[in-house]
Amino acid sequence: MYKIGMIGERDSVIGYMALGFAVHEAEDADTAKVLLHKLAKNSEYAIIFIVENFAIALEEDIAKYKDVPTPAIICIPGKNGTTGYGLSQVKKAVERAVGADILFKE
Amino acid sequence: MAETYNVNPTRMELKKMKTRYANARRGHKLLKDKRDGLMKQFLETVRQNKELREKVEASLQGVYGSLSIAGAVSGPAVLEESLMLPKTQGRLDVRYKNVMSVTVPEFTMEIMGKDGQDSYNYGLAFTSGELDASLASMSAILEDLVALAQSEKTVQMLAQEIEKTRRRVNALEYIMIPKYLATIKSIKMKLDENDRGNTTRLMKVKDMMIKAQLSAGKSDEDDEEVV
Repeated sequence: MYKIGMIGERDSVIGYMALGFAVHEAEDADTAKVLLHKLAKNSEYAIIFIVENFAIALEEDIAKYKDVPTPAIICIPGKNGTTGYGLSQVKKAVERAVGADILFKE
Repeated sequence: MAETYNVNPTRMELKKMKTRYANARRGHKLLKDKRDGLMKQFLETVRQNKELREKVEASLQGVYGSLSIAGAVSGPAVLEESLMLPKTQGRLDVRYKNVMSVTVPEFTMEIMGKDGQDSYNYGLAFTSGELDASLASMSAILEDLVALAQSEKTVQMLAQEIEKTRRRVNALEYIMIPKYLATIKSIKMKLDENDRGNTTRLMKVKDMMIKAQLSAGKSDEDDEEVV
Protein backbone atom coordinates (compact mmCIF):
# COMPACT_ATOMS: atom_id res chain seq x y z
CA MET A 1 0.00 0.00 0.00
CA TYR A 2 1.63 3.14 -1.20
CA LYS A 3 0.63 6.75 -1.13
CA ILE A 4 0.32 9.28 -3.87
CA GLY A 5 1.70 12.67 -2.92
CA MET A 6 0.62 15.96 -4.35
CA ILE A 7 2.55 19.20 -4.05
CA GLY A 8 1.23 22.51 -5.23
CA GLU A 9 -0.44 25.73 -4.26
CA ARG A 10 -3.73 25.42 -2.48
CA ASP A 11 -6.10 26.22 -5.32
CA SER A 12 -4.50 23.73 -7.66
CA VAL A 13 -4.27 20.77 -5.35
CA ILE A 14 -7.39 20.94 -3.25
CA GLY A 15 -9.42 18.85 -5.66
CA TYR A 16 -7.01 15.95 -5.35
CA MET A 17 -8.02 15.46 -1.76
CA ALA A 18 -11.18 13.85 -3.05
CA LEU A 19 -9.11 11.24 -4.86
CA GLY A 20 -7.40 10.25 -1.65
CA PHE A 21 -4.06 11.80 -2.54
CA ALA A 22 -1.84 13.00 0.28
CA VAL A 23 -2.10 16.68 -0.52
CA HIS A 24 0.67 19.01 0.64
CA GLU A 25 0.21 22.68 0.13
CA ALA A 26 3.15 24.87 -0.69
CA GLU A 27 3.03 28.62 -1.09
CA ASP A 28 6.32 29.04 -2.84
CA ALA A 29 9.11 27.07 -4.45
CA ASP A 30 11.18 26.92 -1.26
CA THR A 31 8.50 25.19 0.78
CA ALA A 32 7.81 22.97 -2.20
CA LYS A 33 11.47 22.02 -2.28
CA VAL A 34 11.50 21.00 1.36
CA LEU A 35 8.28 19.06 0.87
CA LEU A 36 9.56 17.36 -2.25
CA HIS A 37 12.66 16.02 -0.55
CA LYS A 38 10.70 14.99 2.49
CA LEU A 39 8.22 13.01 0.43
CA ALA A 40 10.82 11.55 -1.91
CA LYS A 41 12.85 10.22 1.01
CA ASN A 42 9.75 8.68 2.51
CA SER A 43 9.42 5.28 0.90
CA GLU A 44 5.67 5.26 1.41
CA TYR A 45 5.23 7.56 -1.55
CA ALA A 46 5.40 5.82 -4.89
CA ILE A 47 4.12 8.69 -6.97
CA ILE A 48 4.56 12.38 -6.29
CA PHE A 49 2.69 14.80 -8.46
CA ILE A 50 4.00 18.32 -8.50
CA VAL A 51 2.42 21.34 -10.04
CA GLU A 52 4.20 22.63 -13.12
CA ASN A 53 5.32 26.03 -11.86
CA PHE A 54 7.11 24.40 -8.91
CA ALA A 55 8.48 21.66 -11.13
CA ILE A 56 10.12 24.29 -13.30
CA ALA A 57 11.70 25.95 -10.28
CA LEU A 58 12.84 22.63 -8.79
CA GLU A 59 14.11 21.03 -11.97
CA GLU A 60 17.48 20.15 -10.48
CA ASP A 61 15.97 18.64 -7.36
CA ILE A 62 13.60 16.53 -9.41
CA ALA A 63 16.42 15.35 -11.66
CA LYS A 64 18.04 13.73 -8.64
CA TYR A 65 15.21 11.22 -8.46
CA LYS A 66 15.02 10.56 -12.17
CA ASP A 67 17.15 7.44 -12.20
CA VAL A 68 15.52 5.49 -9.39
CA PRO A 69 12.36 3.43 -9.95
CA THR A 70 10.37 5.03 -7.14
CA PRO A 71 9.22 7.65 -6.38
CA ALA A 72 7.99 8.74 -9.76
CA ILE A 73 7.93 12.53 -9.69
CA ILE A 74 5.51 13.71 -12.30
CA CYS A 75 4.58 17.27 -13.08
CA ILE A 76 1.01 18.14 -13.93
CA PRO A 77 -0.46 21.45 -14.91
CA GLY A 78 -1.78 23.68 -12.15
CA LYS A 79 -4.90 25.77 -12.15
CA ASN A 80 -3.41 28.29 -14.54
CA GLY A 81 -3.25 25.77 -17.31
CA THR A 82 -0.43 23.93 -18.94
CA THR A 83 2.79 25.61 -19.91
CA GLY A 84 3.93 22.72 -22.05
CA TYR A 85 6.63 21.93 -19.53
CA GLY A 86 5.47 18.33 -19.10
CA LEU A 87 5.69 17.60 -22.77
CA SER A 88 9.03 19.32 -22.99
CA GLN A 89 10.30 16.87 -20.37
CA VAL A 90 9.19 13.95 -22.52
CA LYS A 91 10.94 15.58 -25.42
CA LYS A 92 14.07 15.90 -23.33
CA ALA A 93 13.97 12.22 -22.47
CA VAL A 94 13.77 11.38 -26.17
CA GLU A 95 16.74 13.61 -26.87
CA ARG A 96 18.67 11.99 -24.06
CA ALA A 97 18.01 8.50 -25.36
CA VAL A 98 18.11 8.90 -29.11
CA GLY A 99 20.40 11.88 -29.39
CA ALA A 100 17.89 13.76 -31.51
CA ASP A 101 14.27 14.66 -31.24
CA ILE A 102 12.50 12.21 -33.49
CA LEU A 103 9.05 12.35 -31.99
CA PHE A 104 8.04 15.96 -31.73
CA LYS A 105 9.47 17.54 -34.80
CA GLU A 106 6.78 19.01 -36.92
CA MET B 1 47.15 4.98 -36.82
CA ALA B 2 45.07 4.64 -33.72
CA GLU B 3 46.65 4.96 -30.35
CA THR B 4 47.98 1.74 -28.85
CA TYR B 5 48.01 0.37 -25.33
CA ASN B 6 51.34 0.65 -23.61
CA VAL B 7 52.41 -2.99 -23.35
CA ASN B 8 55.59 -4.94 -23.89
CA PRO B 9 55.85 -6.53 -27.33
CA THR B 10 55.90 -10.14 -26.19
CA ARG B 11 54.00 -13.19 -27.30
CA MET B 12 52.32 -13.32 -23.91
CA GLU B 13 50.94 -9.80 -24.31
CA LEU B 14 49.90 -10.56 -27.87
CA LYS B 15 47.84 -13.49 -26.68
CA LYS B 16 46.26 -11.39 -23.93
CA MET B 17 45.40 -8.63 -26.39
CA LYS B 18 43.82 -11.10 -28.78
CA THR B 19 41.55 -12.47 -26.03
CA ARG B 20 40.61 -8.97 -24.97
CA TYR B 21 39.84 -8.01 -28.53
CA ALA B 22 37.58 -11.06 -28.92
CA ASN B 23 35.79 -10.17 -25.69
CA ALA B 24 35.38 -6.56 -26.75
CA ARG B 25 33.87 -7.67 -30.05
CA ARG B 26 31.42 -9.91 -28.28
CA GLY B 27 30.51 -7.27 -25.71
CA HIS B 28 30.02 -4.74 -28.44
CA LYS B 29 27.61 -6.98 -30.31
CA LEU B 30 25.64 -7.77 -27.14
CA LEU B 31 25.41 -4.14 -26.08
CA LYS B 32 24.34 -3.12 -29.55
CA ASP B 33 21.53 -5.66 -29.42
CA LYS B 34 20.57 -4.41 -25.98
CA ARG B 35 20.49 -0.84 -27.22
CA ASP B 36 18.26 -1.77 -30.13
CA GLY B 37 15.92 -3.71 -27.87
CA LEU B 38 15.71 -0.85 -25.39
CA MET B 39 15.10 1.62 -28.16
CA LYS B 40 12.16 -0.37 -29.44
CA GLN B 41 10.60 -0.44 -25.98
CA PHE B 42 11.40 3.20 -25.42
CA LEU B 43 9.78 4.50 -28.57
CA GLU B 44 6.66 2.51 -27.87
CA THR B 45 6.41 3.85 -24.31
CA VAL B 46 7.26 7.39 -25.23
CA ARG B 47 4.49 7.53 -27.84
CA GLN B 48 2.04 6.22 -25.30
CA ASN B 49 3.36 8.69 -22.77
CA LYS B 50 2.87 11.61 -25.11
CA GLU B 51 -0.71 10.67 -25.87
CA LEU B 52 -1.51 10.13 -22.19
CA ARG B 53 -0.02 13.43 -21.19
CA GLU B 54 -1.92 15.35 -23.80
CA LYS B 55 -5.11 13.64 -22.72
CA VAL B 56 -4.54 14.23 -19.00
CA GLU B 57 -3.56 17.85 -19.47
CA ALA B 58 -6.64 18.49 -21.55
CA SER B 59 -9.02 16.88 -19.08
CA LEU B 60 -7.35 18.53 -16.09
CA GLN B 61 -8.20 21.85 -17.64
CA GLY B 62 -11.87 20.97 -17.42
CA VAL B 63 -11.54 19.73 -13.87
CA TYR B 64 -9.86 22.90 -12.64
CA GLY B 65 -12.50 24.97 -14.35
CA SER B 66 -15.42 23.21 -12.72
CA LEU B 67 -13.64 23.11 -9.36
CA SER B 68 -13.09 26.82 -9.32
CA ILE B 69 -16.73 27.37 -10.16
CA ALA B 70 -17.71 25.02 -7.35
CA GLY B 71 -15.40 26.93 -5.01
CA ALA B 72 -16.93 30.21 -6.07
CA VAL B 73 -20.45 28.94 -5.54
CA SER B 74 -20.05 27.32 -2.15
CA GLY B 75 -17.04 29.14 -0.74
CA PRO B 76 -13.53 27.78 -0.10
CA ALA B 77 -14.19 26.61 3.45
CA VAL B 78 -17.12 24.46 2.44
CA LEU B 79 -15.19 23.19 -0.52
CA GLU B 80 -12.29 22.05 1.59
CA GLU B 81 -14.51 20.58 4.21
CA SER B 82 -16.41 18.53 1.71
CA LEU B 83 -13.29 17.24 0.04
CA MET B 84 -11.37 16.46 3.18
CA LEU B 85 -12.48 12.90 3.86
CA PRO B 86 -12.70 10.86 0.73
CA LYS B 87 -15.12 7.97 0.86
CA THR B 88 -13.47 5.99 -1.86
CA GLN B 89 -9.90 5.12 -1.24
CA GLY B 90 -7.43 4.17 -3.85
CA ARG B 91 -5.02 1.41 -3.08
CA LEU B 92 -1.83 1.93 -4.94
CA ASP B 93 0.36 -1.08 -5.43
CA VAL B 94 3.80 -1.03 -6.90
CA ARG B 95 5.45 -3.92 -8.62
CA TYR B 96 8.74 -3.83 -10.39
CA LYS B 97 9.14 -5.06 -13.90
CA ASN B 98 12.39 -5.85 -15.59
CA VAL B 99 12.67 -4.47 -19.09
CA MET B 100 16.01 -5.50 -20.61
CA SER B 101 17.71 -5.27 -17.21
CA VAL B 102 16.10 -1.93 -16.38
CA THR B 103 13.85 -1.94 -13.36
CA VAL B 104 10.68 -0.02 -14.03
CA PRO B 105 7.77 0.38 -11.66
CA GLU B 106 4.31 -0.84 -12.44
CA PHE B 107 1.52 0.94 -10.60
CA THR B 108 -1.84 -0.65 -10.09
CA MET B 109 -4.63 1.34 -8.60
CA GLU B 110 -7.46 -0.40 -6.93
CA ILE B 111 -10.43 1.70 -5.97
CA MET B 112 -11.96 0.52 -2.75
CA GLY B 113 -15.25 1.39 -1.19
CA LYS B 114 -16.98 2.14 -4.44
CA ASP B 115 -19.36 -0.85 -4.35
CA GLY B 116 -21.98 0.71 -6.52
CA GLN B 117 -22.49 3.82 -4.41
CA ASP B 118 -21.67 7.30 -5.53
CA SER B 119 -18.27 8.63 -4.69
CA TYR B 120 -19.41 11.85 -3.04
CA ASN B 121 -17.98 12.09 0.38
CA TYR B 122 -20.29 14.82 1.60
CA GLY B 123 -23.92 15.39 2.17
CA LEU B 124 -25.65 17.06 -0.71
CA ALA B 125 -27.35 19.68 1.43
CA PHE B 126 -24.56 22.25 1.69
CA THR B 127 -22.71 21.77 -1.52
CA SER B 128 -23.45 22.74 -5.05
CA GLY B 129 -24.09 20.60 -8.05
CA GLU B 130 -20.94 21.97 -9.67
CA LEU B 131 -18.85 20.20 -7.08
CA ASP B 132 -20.51 16.88 -7.90
CA ALA B 133 -19.72 17.35 -11.54
CA SER B 134 -16.12 18.32 -10.95
CA LEU B 135 -15.55 15.37 -8.64
CA ALA B 136 -17.02 12.99 -11.18
CA SER B 137 -14.62 14.25 -13.84
CA MET B 138 -11.79 14.16 -11.34
CA SER B 139 -12.23 10.52 -10.44
CA ALA B 140 -12.52 9.74 -14.13
CA ILE B 141 -8.93 10.84 -14.72
CA LEU B 142 -7.49 9.08 -11.70
CA GLU B 143 -6.57 6.00 -13.66
CA ASP B 144 -5.02 8.09 -16.39
CA LEU B 145 -2.96 9.97 -13.84
CA VAL B 146 -1.54 6.74 -12.45
CA ALA B 147 -0.92 5.40 -15.95
CA LEU B 148 0.82 8.66 -16.82
CA ALA B 149 3.06 8.35 -13.78
CA GLN B 150 3.99 4.83 -14.75
CA SER B 151 4.75 5.52 -18.37
CA GLU B 152 6.61 8.73 -17.61
CA LYS B 153 8.82 7.00 -15.07
CA THR B 154 9.42 4.15 -17.51
CA VAL B 155 10.43 6.65 -20.16
CA GLN B 156 12.89 8.31 -17.78
CA MET B 157 14.43 5.03 -16.68
CA LEU B 158 14.74 3.71 -20.23
CA ALA B 159 16.20 6.99 -21.47
CA GLN B 160 18.90 6.82 -18.83
CA GLU B 161 19.74 3.20 -19.63
CA ILE B 162 19.80 3.83 -23.37
CA GLU B 163 22.14 6.74 -22.90
CA LYS B 164 24.46 4.58 -20.82
CA THR B 165 24.36 1.70 -23.27
CA ARG B 166 24.92 3.99 -26.22
CA ARG B 167 28.01 5.43 -24.60
CA ARG B 168 29.36 1.98 -23.91
CA VAL B 169 28.70 0.81 -27.47
CA ASN B 170 30.45 3.87 -28.86
CA ALA B 171 33.38 3.55 -26.49
CA LEU B 172 33.89 -0.05 -27.56
CA GLU B 173 33.37 0.63 -31.22
CA TYR B 174 35.42 3.78 -31.64
CA ILE B 175 38.02 3.63 -28.87
CA MET B 176 38.69 0.22 -27.44
CA ILE B 177 38.39 -2.05 -30.47
CA PRO B 178 40.59 0.12 -32.74
CA LYS B 179 43.09 0.43 -29.92
CA TYR B 180 43.25 -3.33 -29.45
CA LEU B 181 43.66 -3.85 -33.18
CA ALA B 182 46.47 -1.29 -33.35
CA THR B 183 48.20 -2.85 -30.35
CA ILE B 184 47.96 -6.34 -31.83
CA LYS B 185 49.36 -5.05 -35.09
CA SER B 186 52.25 -3.23 -33.47
CA ILE B 187 53.19 -6.22 -31.31
CA LYS B 188 53.10 -8.46 -34.37
CA MET B 189 55.33 -6.09 -36.31
CA LYS B 190 57.83 -5.86 -33.46
CA LEU B 191 57.92 -9.64 -33.09
CA ASP B 192 58.36 -10.08 -36.84
CA GLU B 193 61.12 -7.50 -36.84
CA ASN B 194 62.86 -9.36 -34.01
CA ASP B 195 62.52 -12.58 -35.98
CA ARG B 196 64.05 -11.02 -39.05
CA GLY B 197 66.83 -9.54 -36.94
CA ASN B 198 67.50 -12.94 -35.48
CA THR B 199 67.58 -14.65 -38.86
CA THR B 200 70.00 -12.14 -40.34
CA ARG B 201 72.21 -12.39 -37.28
CA LEU B 202 72.28 -16.18 -37.58
CA MET B 203 73.07 -15.93 -41.27
CA LYS B 204 75.83 -13.47 -40.55
CA VAL B 205 77.27 -15.70 -37.82
CA LYS B 206 77.05 -18.68 -40.14
CA ASP B 207 78.86 -16.73 -42.83
CA MET B 208 81.56 -15.71 -40.39
CA MET B 209 81.96 -19.28 -39.17
CA ILE B 210 82.23 -20.62 -42.72
CA LYS B 211 84.74 -17.91 -43.56
CA ALA B 212 86.75 -18.74 -40.43
CA GLN B 213 86.71 -22.44 -41.24
CA LEU B 214 87.70 -21.80 -44.84
CA SER B 215 90.59 -19.59 -43.83
CA ALA B 216 91.64 -22.13 -41.18
CA GLY B 217 91.61 -24.88 -43.87
CA LYS B 218 93.65 -22.65 -46.15
CA SER B 219 96.30 -21.95 -43.53
CA ASP B 220 96.52 -25.71 -42.82
CA GLU B 221 97.20 -26.29 -46.50
CA ASP B 222 99.86 -23.57 -46.45
CA ASP B 223 101.50 -25.22 -43.45
CA GLU B 224 101.54 -28.56 -45.27
CA GLU B 225 103.18 -26.93 -48.31
CA VAL B 226 105.87 -25.48 -46.13
CA VAL B 227 106.53 -28.88 -44.67
